[in-house]
Amino acid sequence: MGVYLDHAATTPMRAEAIAAYTDALAAGANPASIHSAGQRAKQLLEESRERIAATLGVDGIEVVLTGSGTEAINLAIKGLYWARRAADPVRTRILLPGGEHHATLDSVEWLAAHDGAIVEELPLDRAGRLDLDALAAALSDSSDVALVTMLVANNEVGTIEPVVEASRLAARAGVPLHLDAVAAYGQLPIEFGAWRRESGSGRGSGLVALSVSAHKIGGPSGVGALVLDRSATIEALLHGGGQQRRIRSGTQDVAGAAAFAEAAALAAVELPAHAARLAVLRDRLIAGVRASVPDAVLSGPEPGPERLPGNANFAFPGCEGDSLLFLLDAAGVAVSTGSACTAGVPEASHVLLAMGRTEPEARSALRMTLGHGTTEADVDAFLAALPDAVSRASRAGMASRQTSFDR
Amino acid sequence: MSGGVDSAVAAARAVEAGHDVVGVHLALSRMPGTLRTGSRGCCTIEDSMDAQRAANVLGIPYYVWDFSERFKADVVDDFISEYAAGRTPNPCMRCNERIKFAALLEKALALGFDAVATGHYAKIVEDAAGHRELHRASAEAKDQSYVLGVLTAEQLAHAYFPLGDTPSKALVREEAARRGLSVAQKPDSYDICFISDGDTKGWLAEKVGTAPGAIVDREGNRLGGHDGAHSYTVGQRKGLAIGTPAPDGRPRFVLEVRPKDNTVVVGPREALAIAEIAGSRFSWAGEPPADPSRRFECEVQIRAHADPVPAAAVLQAGESGADELVVTPDAPLDGVAPGQTAVIYVGTRVLGQFTIDRTVSAVPVSV
Repeated sequence: MGVYLDHAATTPMRAEAIAAYTDALAAGANPASIHSAGQRAKQLLEESRERIAATLGVDGIEVVLTGSGTEAINLAIKGLYWARRAADPVRTRILLPGGEHHATLDSVEWLAAHDGAIVEELPLDRAGRLDLDALAAALSDSSDVALVTMLVANNEVGTIEPVVEASRLAARAGVPLHLDAVAAYGQLPIEFGAWRRESGSGRGSGLVALSVSAHKIGGPSGVGALVLDRSATIEALLHGGGQQRRIRSGTQDVAGAAAFAEAAALAAVELPAHAARLAVLRDRLIAGVRASVPDAVLSGPEPGPERLPGNANFAFPGCEGDSLLFLLDAAGVAVSTGSACTAGVPEASHVLLAMGRTEPEARSALRMTLGHGTTEADVDAFLAALPDAVSRASRAGMASRQTSFDR
Repeated sequence: MSGGVDSAVAAARAVEAGHDVVGVHLALSRMPGTLRTGSRGCCTIEDSMDAQRAANVLGIPYYVWDFSERFKADVVDDFISEYAAGRTPNPCMRCNERIKFAALLEKALALGFDAVATGHYAKIVEDAAGHRELHRASAEAKDQSYVLGVLTAEQLAHAYFPLGDTPSKALVREEAARRGLSVAQKPDSYDICFISDGDTKGWLAEKVGTAPGAIVDREGNRLGGHDGAHSYTVGQRKGLAIGTPAPDGRPRFVLEVRPKDNTVVVGPREALAIAEIAGSRFSWAGEPPADPSRRFECEVQIRAHADPVPAAAVLQAGESGADELVVTPDAPLDGVAPGQTAVIYVGTRVLGQFTIDRTVSAVPVSV
């Protein structure tokens, strides 16, 4: 077995979640059916929803299960946008920091192209942190703002964002805010309820929505959730049987919910110890890279409480990320370039570009993400394979830019 | 691996020959189309997925490497500027010269590979002294040695064409089906990959712009107008839209495209005949002839799908003082345009190539 350091892409399912999944699959009944079998399915579904809700500090009714984190994000952004604009047609501005996930970027770009949205990107600092003054300034006249959306923690560079402060600014401005917690879930406490209180959110303003995904925490892929405050008004993306507060029609996935709940509950219980263990491994990895490749540049915050415990992301000057990825893969170590992939086509990371890096720097990035099952030996195996990969990749250099075969 | 049947079978054969093979798909566009449309056979997400499926079936790793920046600069922009300069370039050739056997090869060598294998139909043969020669493929109808004519000895040393000995593409398709490759019946591609709808003239008009100019005869008399000289190619007959017929009533053909004064020169068919072609941008595909400044017998081919014709070639000092290859076909050639590549063969062997800089008409103007 190789070394897997790409837990941010997906992390293996927990055995307990697999057991819950297969048990529930075997039971099989539609939770909307009125007979006893349906009622038993409904019971398992709602218990699961409540367990998921508990890990987020909210009530079961506030959790809308979806088919993915991407769907949750699309539902939040498009649904809030449509509802806010329907209430007042001048509300067309969407505020978001640069460097958001593609689920967010492509949703707002779609709204801009097809539905009159005006997208306003807010600046990040060198570590990838949202500039709160810029958010405050953008909200100073909020009459035309439809919503604010932002990450809880960046999936590529691990930056933890000031979500409570941002929620407070949105609440004061009377604007709803959606948080993308997909990358943060399982590594940071996601306390929707507490954040909502602390930031003075409510009555449809401030923190009203938050997206998570099951497969990032040891649950199955194909299951996500949108936490939606009772006061939020939202338009549905999917229409049909009117399930889940009429916000998300479609026969509900009981087994997916049960497995998600199992993984979520485990993650919540283990979180303090898990995060502490990952942080130690992360720091070992970061220190090891700096020792063996002195000109490698860490992207995102220094190791510490401002960085996701399982994330490391380095730029290796003079190397291309895809060369490094290939060489490490050949050495049995799975990492990612940290860039968004469209059908496997690598691009320079838009996150790093938003943080002010140049395109060559952004193309030299490598992301290592740790998770359940990651050991010291895994980190050391990566560190052992790295120097040779870097030296070969730097020889390959930027062959995609210039070559000695030119004449 | 483009996602087509040829590179898939080439990969399979390389694996079977015992090599340590990795599939690489070149990302040549930052904005790939989603699905295959029309005659385009590469560069869409569907093609990338086809390539990955083939690699999976073969049990080899597969990666997408991004050469879009180089491709744009060296192939697409070059294509546009050549056309704008009134020349007729071959972008596939340019891609082999600058991308597949330059940028990709260089990167591969640095990463520890020995060669780039492709699904091109061409052969590499070693002579008695161990020098590598490039030869026509056994599958005559599919032979692609012309578009590989730009490769130098250094590049040929690291090139590998596993399909060269196969007598026909039908056999390659059969083999793909036998090996369980889903691309076995995928249609051939034949248009320029970066022009998605196949409308080269429309695409060029957008890139180069349009400007009205004159259509003149060889004596310089104005016969009509056009919307941009670059959309005409030498030898073209249709679409000239000249009001007055030729005095002799015979059809007229494009003889010359002059981007400098945005002029298209037309004349009778026999005026297309070219007695001599020459160019100073040349390369030898492997070992050069012992003394190229002595005239030697050869065959010359001026387009990917043209027939080779008997000729004599010689390397001599041109007007500018730089060496140029001068080729005299035994019988005059039709439809030769500057910017085209002339590939010189001796038998099945590719000896070298040059970009045609100038041509000499077989029929003087006063005729």
